[in-house]
Amino acid sequence: MIKVIADNITSPLGMTSSENYLKVKDGLSCLQSYEGVMDIPTPFTASLFTEEQWDALMQYGDYTRFESCLIHSIREALEGSDVDVSSPRVIFIISTTKGNVELLDSRSHRLKNRTTDEAVRLGNAALMIARYFGNPNIPVTVSNACISGLAAQLTAKRMLESGRYDYAIVAGADIQSRFIISGFQSFKALSPKVCRPFDIERCGLNLGEAAACMVFGRMTEQDTDDWVAVRGAVRNDANHISSPSRTAEGAYRAIAYAMADGDAEQLAVVNAHGTSTLYNDEMESVAIARSGLEHTPVNSLKGYYGHTMGAAGLLETILTMKSIDDHIILGTRGFQELGVSRSIRVIGEHIPTDKRGFLKLLSGFGGSNAAMLYQKGGRR
Amino acid sequence: MRTLHHVVITPHRVVVDEEQMTVTSSGKMMLKEIYQSNIGNYPKFYKMDMLCKLGFVASELLLQKEGNRNIGAKGVVDEENQRDDRAVILLNSSSSICDDRAYQATIDNLDDYFPSPMVFVYTLANIVTGEIALRNRYYGETNFYVLPQKDEKVMTQIVEDSFQDEHTTSAICGWLNCDDEDHFEADLYLVEK
Repeated sequence: MIKVIADNITSPLGMTSSENYLKVKDGLSCLQSYEGVMDIPTPFTASLFTEEQWDALMQYGDYTRFESCLIHSIREALEGSDVDVSSPRVIFIISTTKGNVELLDSRSHRLKNRTTDEAVRLGNAALMIARYFGNPNIPVTVSNACISGLAAQLTAKRMLESGRYDYAIVAGADIQSRFIISGFQSFKALSPKVCRPFDIERCGLNLGEAAACMVFGRMTEQDTDDWVAVRGAVRNDANHISSPSRTAEGAYRAIAYAMADGDAEQLAVVNAHGTSTLYNDEMESVAIARSGLEHTPVNSLKGYYGHTMGAAGLLETILTMKSIDDHIILGTRGFQELGVSRSIRVIGEHIPTDKRGFLKLLSGFGGSNAAMLYQKGGRR
Repeated sequence: MRTLHHVVITPHRVVVDEEQMTVTSSGKMMLKEIYQSNIGNYPKFYKMDMLCKLGFVASELLLQKEGNRNIGAKGVVDEENQRDDRAVILLNSSSSICDDRAYQATIDNLDDYFPSPMVFVYTLANIVTGEIALRNRYYGETNFYVLPQKDEKVMTQIVEDSFQDEHTTSAICGWLNCDDEDHFEADLYLVEK
C-alpha cells in the first residue's frame, strides 16, 4: 500500500491545501458568472483564477499557464517533504485531459522556446515539468478524461508497489479555455447557475480551474497515522462513449473492487464525482445503492470548485482527507432536495464524523469509472 | 506476460502476426478499406475520429486472430459473453491532437463558430479505449497514457503493472498514435498474464 507524504491544492480559493480546506469549511466558493470573456458568445458559470493569481503563478520562466500552475502546486507540496525529486527512484505522473490545448487557438500567445505543436503534446508539457524539478525519468501522463486524477493515483500505487520507484509525484491540472468551455456548451452540459449536485433542481455542471499534487511513498509497518490509498480500480461501462450506463455497470464494478475487503461501516463518506449533470448524478446514485452503500453519507465538492477535470481526483481526495482529519464530513454545497432515483444519503451541511476511511468515485467520457478506498493508518 | 497476437498498422502497411496484409490504398482510406473488406456491419465506424478508427481496426484484426467473437445483432458482443478480465491499455505521444485541431477549426473564427458535440467528444484520447470496450463488452479496466515519445521500456512497465489488478488476465495494449490522416501508427498486442 502507498501513503500520502505531502500535498497541495492551488485553486482560485487559495494556494495551499489548508487554505483551500478552511475556505471550503466556511462554505466559500469562487464560482461566478462570466459574460463576454474568452470570446465565448454564451455566458457561463465557472471557478477561474484571477489575473492577479495568474501573475503570481507565472513566475517560473517560459512555461504555459498549465505548466506554471502545476509547477507551483508541486513546489508547494514538496516544501512539506524531504523527497529528493532529482533521484531516479522518483517518478512524475501528470493527470490532465487537455493540457496546453488553449495554445491551438489562433489568438493565443506563442512560446519563446517551443513551437505550439510541441507544447500542445501532453507528454512534452509533462517533460517540461519533470525537467524543471531535475527529475531524470520519463514522466507518465494519464489522460483518461474526468477520471484521470484517480487513474493517476492508481498508476502511482502500482509503480510503487511493484518496487520500480520509491516515490511518486502525482500532479493534475486543467486550464479553462474557449476550447473546453465551448465543447461542454455544445454538449448542453453546463449549468447557467452555480451547480447543485444530486439536487432535484440540478441542470448541469460548472467548470473550474485548479492544480493539485499528492506525493506518495510506500507504507511501512510503523505508519499508523498516514493516509493510505488501500485499493482501487478503473472499470468501463461498455455502454456509450458520452453518457453513463443506466445500471452504473462500470462504477458499480469499480466500487466492488475497491471495497472487496473493505467495510462500509468504516467509511466516513463516499466522495462522489457529483458533477450535477442529470445523468452523472443519477448513475452514481444507482452505483452507490447497488453497492449497498445507501446508508453511507455521500458528498460532492463540485459546488465549491466546479469540475476541475484533471485536478478533480486529486483536489477532492486531498480535501476529503483534510476534512476527516478535522472530524468533519463536508456538506454538498448547492444540495437541498434529493433529485436522484435511489434514496442515497447525500449530505447537505457539514456533519461530524469519527470514522477514518472514505471511498472516492469518478466517472467520465469514454465509459470510464474509477473508485479508490482510502484509510487513515491503512487497513486495520 | 505472454504475447498472443500482434498488429502493426502504418499509413502504407498492415502486418498481422508478422504477416503482411494486402492493401491497395493508404492513410485514412486504407483504414476504410480494411474496415470494409475485413470487418463491416458496424456503421459507428464512420462516425469515429482518426484515432478511434485506427484503434478500432487494429483491435479488430487482433481479435479476429483470437477467434470466437460472439458479435450480436447490434454489432456488439452479446451480454452473455461480457467480461471484465480483459483490460484496454493504450499509449501514445499525440493524445487526441488530430481531433483537437478539427474541433479548434469549428470555433477558431467567431464568424464561423459551430462547436459540435460530435467532434468535441473525440478530443479525449481515452475515447478509443471506450469504443473498444463497447464493441467487445469489456467491463474491465480501460486506461490511456501519454509519453513524450514512443518508449518500449516504459510501455512494457505500465502494461505489466496493469496486471496488478486482480481481475485482469489479458489486455489489448500498446502504442496508438495519430498525428493526422496520413501519419499514424498502431502497434498493438493482445497479451495475457
